[in-house]
Amino acid sequence: MISLGQLLTLSGILFSLSVAGIFLNRKNVILLLMCIELLLLAANFNFIAFSRYLGDLHGQIFVFFILTVAAAESAIGLAILVVLFRERRTINVEDLDTLRG
Amino acid sequence: MLVEILFYVFGTILVAAALGVIVSRNPVYSALSLVLCFVTSAAIWLLIQAEFLAIVLVLVYVGAVMVLFLFVVMMLDINLDELRAGFTRFAWLGWLTALAVIFEIVGVVWARGGLGIDAAKGAADLPGDYSNTLALGRVLYTEYVYPFELAAVLLLVAIVAAIALTMRSRAGHKVQDISKQVSVRAADRVRIVKMEPEKRS
Repeated sequence: MISLGQLLTLSGILFSLSVAGIFLNRKNVILLLMCIELLLLAANFNFIAFSRYLGDLHGQIFVFFILTVAAAESAIGLAILVVLFRERRTINVEDLDTLRG
Repeated sequence: MLVEILFYVFGTILVAAALGVIVSRNPVYSALSLVLCFVTSAAIWLLIQAEFLAIVLVLVYVGAVMVLFLFVVMMLDINLDELRAGFTRFAWLGWLTALAVIFEIVGVVWARGGLGIDAAKGAADLPGDYSNTLALGRVLYTEYVYPFELAAVLLLVAIVAAIALTMRSRAGHKVQDISKQVSVRAADRVRIVKMEPEKRS
């Protein structure tokens, strides 16, 4: 049987890899979006593991909503990316300093 | 036992694919590795009997979101060398953070009584006629019916926003202007000319 600890460890590894990915690919907006997807996947892993091992279905409902919101987020993110590329001909995060942030 | 072996195999594939996402040189390879990540996760979710969400993950993520990602990655003409410059500059910080996160999570999970539940225990067996989809549907359409409808509205707003963001009017692009068509008057279109009849020659 797979134990709860094994699943949580796997999701922890996944989460930390995506955090490392955000550090590594901090210039490429597409890669940043992909790392966020990976991060949400790791969070979903935790929800499903706890939902299964505590016998409570509400965790899986939550994953359902997270999937919905993440799909909407990536659709809008990619739309913004396309507009950005059309305007500036680059997706380098360092070139996006119009807001002086 | 077989389930556990499969879990370790899938877990290895998942971690390798996640590594592929974050270190590969080409964004297309990253996107494809992410597809592998999602499919492997769906397999692991099937192993722990969360069937409905496993199928949803494959359908929604691999089928829709990742195709969108691949479209955008392949459509944009990106200068990769410029984006890769300084890749290793903060790499040590990234790996250090990753190691710290792994250490903390593993420590919390495996410490005795850290979670208040026995982390080394397997899940209780589900009855033979248990249907994950049925049980989820029962909860979703009763307790969570308003959040469910809100999610539908959210998706609609996302569609509208994505289209509104990416639509543009090019010069020389011919479009129908309905309000102009409706409000047109006969005088704008037809000119009645009064003239003398021509003499027969």
